[in-house]
Amino acid sequence: MAERVRVKAMMPPGHVRTPAYLRGKTGVIERRLGAFGNPEELAYGRKADRRELLRVRFDMAEVWGEDAERPGDTLDAEIFAHWLEKAD
Amino acid sequence: MPHDHPEHSHTGMSPSGHPYRADNDEPLSYWQTMEIAMRELLIEKGETTAEEIARQIEAMDARSPADGAAVVARAWSDPAFKSRLLADAGAASREMGFDIGALQLIAVENTADTHNVVVCTLCSCYPRNLLGLPPDWYKSRAYRSRVVKTPRAVLREFGLDLPEDVTVRVHDSTADMRYIVLPARPEGTEGLDESALAELVSRDSMIGTGVPRTPE
Repeated sequence: MAERVRVKAMMPPGHVRTPAYLRGKTGVIERRLGAFGNPEELAYGRKADRRELLRVRFDMAEVWGEDAERPGDTLDAEIFAHWLEKAD
Repeated sequence: MPHDHPEHSHTGMSPSGHPYRADNDEPLSYWQTMEIAMRELLIEKGETTAEEIARQIEAMDARSPADGAAVVARAWSDPAFKSRLLADAGAASREMGFDIGALQLIAVENTADTHNVVVCTLCSCYPRNLLGLPPDWYKSRAYRSRVVKTPRAVLREFGLDLPEDVTVRVHDSTADMRYIVLPARPEGTEGLDESALAELVSRDSMIGTGVPRTPE
């Protein structure tokens, strides 16, 4: 079973690599990529801790609702674990 | 047409009837000044040399879609290499001798029922170390904002009309990974060797906004 996750719908200021159009959207983990320096710290020249990065696959209907061209088409994005919460 | 209007004054126009490009006499921007200051400091302190910087720029400019095309052609010809490419595209490219630096690369495979297309909505992430510099449209707001929402309409504008039963997968390069599409090998290419196959692989076919050429 694919693990379902939701992108946190928060809007913090600063250099964030989580696109706004995916916040609050639910998808499945496509693959785990390992740990990478946290861009939210790196962007300011701070010592960055390493955070787990995942590829999450979203259905276009989940992202765009009725505006989706074709439900079943997908959007994959890399999202850091601290932006994800479990979804049921 | 440039000479449709004989009454039109060509003063200040080039012989083809277009305005000359203005000299860039405007002052340096903040970032241009910073780049020059940083470069001069690094040279002054002996960290690097002007020659080394010029060599690096040459090395980056020498990278072109032909490098990616060679990787694709190898994958079409060698199933074991294709498996390694899909498992770790960076390692597979290095194995072919491409110096792609620290590039973290993922290859996504087009099949009879799946078409992949790559974008970076947040900026302009692109596998430059393998494919060279991205086309200007890749960095445009229009491409970045539209391909994630209406990929089929965008692909039609590129001349690629995908049937309804093909699933479109859009890949947004949001963080540390870069992507290359492994296009499907065209039919009628059974007898071709790797270098002939590589000739068919266009830049756009590795971004996903096109498909490979078919042999003449």
